[in-house]
Amino acid sequence: MIATRKFEHTYNFAFIDERTKREIRRKILKAIAIPGYQVPYSSPEMPIARGWGTGGLHASLSIIGPDDVFKIIDQGSDASVNACNLRDFVRRMTSCRTTFDTAEATLIQTRHRKPEEILTERQIIVFQVPQPEPLRSVERYEFKTRIMHAEADYAKMWVALYESYVKFGAIMNGAGYPVRVNGRYIMTPSPIPRWDVPNLSMAPCLHVFSAGREKRLHCVPPFTRVEPLEFEDVKFRVEEFREIVCAASGGDRAFMDEIYESESTRKFVINDSDFLDKVRLGQRPPQRLFQNPV
Amino acid sequence: MNCQDSDTGWLLRVRNLTKIYGEPIATSVQYTGPRFNSNICPETDAIVACAEINFDLYPGEVLGIVGESGSGKSTLIQLLYFDQVATAGEVYLSALDEAQTNLLTLSNQRKRHARNTLMGMVYQNPRDGLNFGFSAGGNIAEKLLMAGSFHVGRIRERAAYLLGKTEVPVARMDHTPSTFSGGMQQRVQISKAIANNPPLLFLDEVTSGLDVSVQARVLDLIRQLQRELGVSMIVVSHDLAVIRMLTDRTMVMKNGRIVESGLTDQILQDPQHAYTQLLVSSLL
Amino acid sequence: MNPILDVRNVSKHFHLHIQNQKHIAALTDVSFQMAEGEILGLTGKSGSGKSSLMKCLYRTYLASSGEMHFRTEAGSVVDLVTAREHEIIRLRQTEIVYCSQFLSVIPRVPAADVVAEALLRRGGDRAEALERAKELLDRLGLPRELWDAFPATFSGGEQQRVNVARAIIAAPRFLLVDEPTASLDLKTKDVVIDLFLAQKARGSSIVLITHDAHTLARMCDRRLHLEFGRVTEAVTA
Repeated sequence: MIATRKFEHTYNFAFIDERTKREIRRKILKAIAIPGYQVPYSSPEMPIARGWGTGGLHASLSIIGPDDVFKIIDQGSDASVNACNLRDFVRRMTSCRTTFDTAEATLIQTRHRKPEEILTERQIIVFQVPQPEPLRSVERYEFKTRIMHAEADYAKMWVALYESYVKFGAIMNGAGYPVRVNGRYIMTPSPIPRWDVPNLSMAPCLHVFSAGREKRLHCVPPFTRVEPLEFEDVKFRVEEFREIVCAASGGDRAFMDEIYESESTRKFVINDSDFLDKVRLGQRPPQRLFQNPV
Repeated sequence: MNCQDSDTGWLLRVRNLTKIYGEPIATSVQYTGPRFNSNICPETDAIVACAEINFDLYPGEVLGIVGESGSGKSTLIQLLYFDQVATAGEVYLSALDEAQTNLLTLSNQRKRHARNTLMGMVYQNPRDGLNFGFSAGGNIAEKLLMAGSFHVGRIRERAAYLLGKTEVPVARMDHTPSTFSGGMQQRVQISKAIANNPPLLFLDEVTSGLDVSVQARVLDLIRQLQRELGVSMIVVSHDLAVIRMLTDRTMVMKNGRIVESGLTDQILQDPQHAYTQLLVSSLL
Repeated sequence: MNPILDVRNVSKHFHLHIQNQKHIAALTDVSFQMAEGEILGLTGKSGSGKSSLMKCLYRTYLASSGEMHFRTEAGSVVDLVTAREHEIIRLRQTEIVYCSQFLSVIPRVPAADVVAEALLRRGGDRAEALERAKELLDRLGLPRELWDAFPATFSGGEQQRVNVARAIIAAPRFLLVDEPTASLDLKTKDVVIDLFLAQKARGSSIVLITHDAHTLARMCDRRLHLEFGRVTEAVTA
């Protein structure tokens, strides 16, 4: 953290220098222009270690302006240590207002979740991505995966899904379910649960996915088709929380955390902390729910 | 007198197919080949792996390519299967764009599509043809998926049928080929190669690494499939016994060139070229 | 006459590169014609060129010069010396059959299948073809227990029968038959001869090589006598 106020003020607005911000913004524009395509970018040094959200910070700090209202969550929670530290950092470096309220925020940075509440045209969501390459699990060479993307050669990805189904009776990709963007590139939506995947498609907000360690970013622009890979007879499904009610709010129809109280008892709590707070206040923020095929 | 007749009806047409490694110059092809008993360009040391390859293959025909190691026979089918990029030449398939498009000029995407739907390849080494990270069924599924079949049930049905056809126990469909015997790996390769009923199959020394008795069974299988499916084949082998058993026609290669071609029995009983005579006289 | 075969000035010599460029003349300036439905016997001593001529007709040997015009079922004329290979392959599958002295078959295929395969290649039902194959083998007196055995293990006479059955099962238009009765007993010999004559009666033409006077006398319409690779006389039987 920054040691003194004097020292703090020697930094540029939003920490990163303007030329680098411009470079990252150019790369984001390119990624918007080619939905799902991974654009290499500079990934400058940050005062946190790579793999701790540097990619998300790069994207957020490059596009944040003095009027933006910033929200950051980690696994759905505004209160986790990582989120708190990064929020503090962004506020100090920008003097921007921060919020827990999903609806109020104009720029949301997240790790491993997309908020339950529907995001609008005036909002941008930045995902912290550990591994941006969906093909890495089937092809270890970068030069080969690039050719595979260029030629839309996704045979191995499909076979991996087939194998997963054959071995486990279901496609087991719990987080980071591979999706096809705009009918072309296969992309990882970052390790969000399957629950969030349908909410990427035709969404009004802009999604920026940024992997600082891997120096790649990709985007899903507003109102862009995002289709989870599925077979004709084995369809994509989201997690089911049938007859489960949030122990803290009484709410249902949201992604739940499973909490073990003891060895024999467990309870479920809505994962998205802001959404949970709103449900507790008796509100029902707008949501888009996916219906699993029968 | 039959030129016109024979100019139609072919499945595969290859003209002047050439592959040169290194830096070719204008005379590289001219100063290499059987006449010079070398495929190395004397000026630049470029290697002329194959050159001036011309032939037509007809539906249902089995063409053998025989020659010693380094004669260019494997390179030739690797070029046709797009495993390698040709330096020059033209290749036409009657089933593609009504034979109007030179396959070598296709985009990689279209090449892959042609390869997945119109061709099959069985390599000498099963590791070249199979992905050992996937199950036997997954390997077959790869071909089916790429031909646009995205129905797991139907994929498994087809894979089971193909494995049955090639005498691989269907119970082992979900096992990885690394747990299979050499002969069984070749059978899985064959299943994969014929998964989409391609009109054209390439076989590269498919029995070379196998025990004699296993070899015989694999050859029997290939013959049987050829008859049942009516598929055209190009069989590469250094083993004249394999060539005699499987093929109708044979091309003899040396130093990257075709030195002689003819009906297989004619090549074996009345070889014209000095090299072929030497080769045939060495047959046990 | 509209001949099925018109051979003009065919010569064949072998040039052996690896044996000091040795040169062997096998056939010199051979000319003859054959009518449809005719059986032509080739006679002459061993080494006179009979088998070479037959192999040239089948394209197992490449004639060095000359022409061999074959009239196909469709009525077109094909020069067997220069025809494209796929054309020859097609003719071998449909019209021209070579019945050699020695059985050269794919290993590990049962006798009945060897015979049936010739019919299957022209398209046809497998069960039916097998039925027909067994019928022929039965007629030729091949013991029933051998039908499912591999011919490679058969005696000369047994192999001969498989060979004959294979040659005629698909009723080809043009048969090249080399010593069909050599290792057979008299009774089987006559069965074989009758089978070939039945082919002739259906309109097939046959070129025959035999040293057996009985076979020659019963089968041939005409003889062509060869000496040192030249036709010395053509005799109408």
